[in-house]
Amino acid sequence: MTRRLAGAMLGSALVAATLAAGSLPAAAAGEVNIYSLRQPFLIEPLLKAFTEKTGIKTNVVFAKDGVVERMKAEGANSPADVILTVDVGRLNDAVEAGVVQPVKSAVLEKNVPASFRDPEGRWFALTTRARIIYASKDRVKPGEITSMEQLADPKWKGRVCTRSGKHDYNVALTAAMIAHHGEAKAEEWLKGLKANLAQKAQGNDRSQVKAIMEGVCDLSLGNTYYYGAMRADPAQKAWADSVNPVFATIGGGKGTHVNVSGVALTKSAPNRDNAVKLMEYLSSDEAQEIYAKANFEYPVNPQVKWSPEVEAWGRFTPDDLSLAAVAELRAAAVKMADRVGFDG
Amino acid sequence: MTAGADAFTGAGPARELAAAGPGDGRRRWHVAALLVAGFVALPVLAIAWMALFPKENIWPHLASTVLPGYVLTTLALMLGVGIGTFAIGTGTAWLVAMCRFPGRRLFEWTLLLPLAMPGYLIAYVYTDLLEYAGPVQGLLREMFGWSSRRDYWFPDIRSLGGAIAMLTLVLYPYVYALARASFLEQSICVLEVSRTLGRGTWRALLDVGLPLARPAIVVGVTLALMECLNDFGTIDFFAVRTLTAGVFDVWLRMGNAGGAAQIALVMLGFVVLLIWAERRSRARQRFHHTSSKLRPIEGLPLRGGKGWAAAAACALPVLLGFVLPAGVLAKYAFFSGSAEWSHDFFRHALNSLGLATAAAVVAVAIATLLAYAARQRAGGVVRGAIRLASVGYAVPGAVLAIGVLIPLAAFDNALDAFLRQTLGVSTGLLLSGTVTALIFAYTVRFLAVSLGAVEAGLGRVTPSMEMAARTLGHSPSATLRRLHLPMIRGSLLTGGLLVFVDTMKELPATLVLRPFNFDTLATYVYQYASDERLEACAPAALAIVVAGILPVLLLARSVGTARPGTRRDAD
Repeated sequence: MTRRLAGAMLGSALVAATLAAGSLPAAAAGEVNIYSLRQPFLIEPLLKAFTEKTGIKTNVVFAKDGVVERMKAEGANSPADVILTVDVGRLNDAVEAGVVQPVKSAVLEKNVPASFRDPEGRWFALTTRARIIYASKDRVKPGEITSMEQLADPKWKGRVCTRSGKHDYNVALTAAMIAHHGEAKAEEWLKGLKANLAQKAQGNDRSQVKAIMEGVCDLSLGNTYYYGAMRADPAQKAWADSVNPVFATIGGGKGTHVNVSGVALTKSAPNRDNAVKLMEYLSSDEAQEIYAKANFEYPVNPQVKWSPEVEAWGRFTPDDLSLAAVAELRAAAVKMADRVGFDG
Repeated sequence: MTAGADAFTGAGPARELAAAGPGDGRRRWHVAALLVAGFVALPVLAIAWMALFPKENIWPHLASTVLPGYVLTTLALMLGVGIGTFAIGTGTAWLVAMCRFPGRRLFEWTLLLPLAMPGYLIAYVYTDLLEYAGPVQGLLREMFGWSSRRDYWFPDIRSLGGAIAMLTLVLYPYVYALARASFLEQSICVLEVSRTLGRGTWRALLDVGLPLARPAIVVGVTLALMECLNDFGTIDFFAVRTLTAGVFDVWLRMGNAGGAAQIALVMLGFVVLLIWAERRSRARQRFHHTSSKLRPIEGLPLRGGKGWAAAAACALPVLLGFVLPAGVLAKYAFFSGSAEWSHDFFRHALNSLGLATAAAVVAVAIATLLAYAARQRAGGVVRGAIRLASVGYAVPGAVLAIGVLIPLAAFDNALDAFLRQTLGVSTGLLLSGTVTALIFAYTVRFLAVSLGAVEAGLGRVTPSMEMAARTLGHSPSATLRRLHLPMIRGSLLTGGLLVFVDTMKELPATLVLRPFNFDTLATYVYQYASDERLEACAPAALAIVVAGILPVLLLARSVGTARPGTRRDAD
């Protein structure tokens, strides 16, 4: 029995060794290692195009939570070269954890407008997306709602749907509210919004639109690219067809709340040159067009045209609030959601 | 044979063994157990270390806002799942072990099948079925002419009740497997005596069967509850705000890993308290069957309506926990245009199988070492270390993954620095970011499962047998090899297979720890399922379930043949 056990252990050690051999992160020239918080099927087309163009192989680990902690623990020996993520808050986390380094690149500086990158070059936005209101075509007249602030109006009692108030996207929105109106007013707004919810905050941005189609509510919060994604999916097209996208303003001006997806160079970066090449490529016209076409996101590079689909939803002015300000107020926004019992 | 044939001993085997000779290699077992347990406990200790350095004190804020709600929800979830798994697991186990009714042989093994169904998958599937746009409500609307959700009431699957139902359906097999094994091992004598003393079937269960099987049932329910605490996928999807959700809020949204670690430790406190309370209430009771004359339990025939009722009671959990969800996945996989049959699929499946096998073997080997060492008159320190090593099961996977990373990466970096200084070579990260880290994580996470099975098996080896072996001059190692291992083979297999199935389903720790370009079936499913594209990943999801079936079948067999009196061998 023990001999058999020993045999089995040896066997599994061999299995483990074989598995390991097939997946060793290579630091050799011609590669770049990516820790991604974005889903593989979203970034695969871009990485493929990059490899075809440059011959540099890309290695990816995709994980939503814990990437920054992993890099912290791995320290100077971390094999990661770049980190790809959505939400400025996550980029900020990486900066605060001290796992990224500044990049100085004329290409990046030309392609990415100053308001969409860290002044010291520690992160660069690659795409923007607006957080907007989806309004029922049948039950909400065009022009009936035009601003995020109006979501707290008792007029909409029992008519609003949204995902958790502590999801990154809603946290960023609340943080922007705090930045614009101050803590007290923002909390009043969040309370009002909570009071207007038709059902407990749940699901993701798409399922809110579905709920509008089902008659559960009339308004929902959602990011723009979901509209394109739903329209492109035969099973979800009917959901999208039941709503109008409303580029609601925030802060009393003309601006719409936006967030970004972005990239940063890690501090340890064993393949630094390749990593910078990848970052520059992702900001290039070619990559930005892929982002716009395949993912329905807005290219951050002003030279690149929007895809016709995205263009059809209409132009809008992004809120001029700095992304850094939003990132800083994130913890305050989460606590506020707790205080008003938003998810309860 | 009489009831007296079953000895009820007030003192544990450890104390009785004190009579055996001194010294003789026990210390070696204690030291080995302490070392291994300490090693396995490292991640939990690392989490405790993190908890010492929070970014800010989160408790005033939490206590004044969401904490009471989190605690209540957590308790309600645990209570619901505890009662649910106990009732279904014990009830069905008693039926198939002690009664005869139509389909009993089929239910013996099919009742284990929901074990192969990951909680997050069953949650997705039932949401698809039961939500407003799903087929069930659609049919109702058509039948009754309702036109919108405001016309009628339908229970919301995304709720605390829904989460309890989902988790109960996939977790009751833990209780079923252990309870059934325990019922089967009960000597027919006690049961016959209870019946001659006028107890009916159900009274026999309550008065004799349950108390005798209590340790096994408790292990099963404890595993289910720990699983409940570490689950994030299901409760997040259902918007149920438990302490686990709080861990992730504090960690990821407030950027306070230390604070999150503190909440995780409080949850561990829950578990430890639970285990301690149960052990205390059981005091030092131990049951050993001293009769070696065992014959198969005939089984009480249930006729007519009673028989069919029993069959229905066993069929329901199987249908709801396995047949229906697996059927829906199969439908998506084969009949939906969006299903993606990737050619990478087999590579992912191989990765999953390889990891699960390795984790199963390692976890069982370590569990055997620890459990056996604890029997060698181990003191409080060794026993405490073993308990500590097995609480990893109750920690949410992503948090445990960070706990795994910290010591591994620290070792890697220290080794690298040392070798750079002395030999001028760099080893980089030797362990973290490799499959080794994954297998280590699985071992830490699932040790409780294998340990439970092995301990249950060892409990069956009576102290008198052990004493005899030692009197005949065998060392502890030789006794283990020649007496225990052959006797507990079934339990080792059970433990290994449970770890195997659990590893196949494991997601959060795998996501954080895996190497580059490395996917398992679970991570592959996740990247689509997290985007509500269940149909796209249905083939891979189905593969997780199918891969889980084989070990489950083996498990059913190993438990079936463990029945005294129906022995196939005399080794």
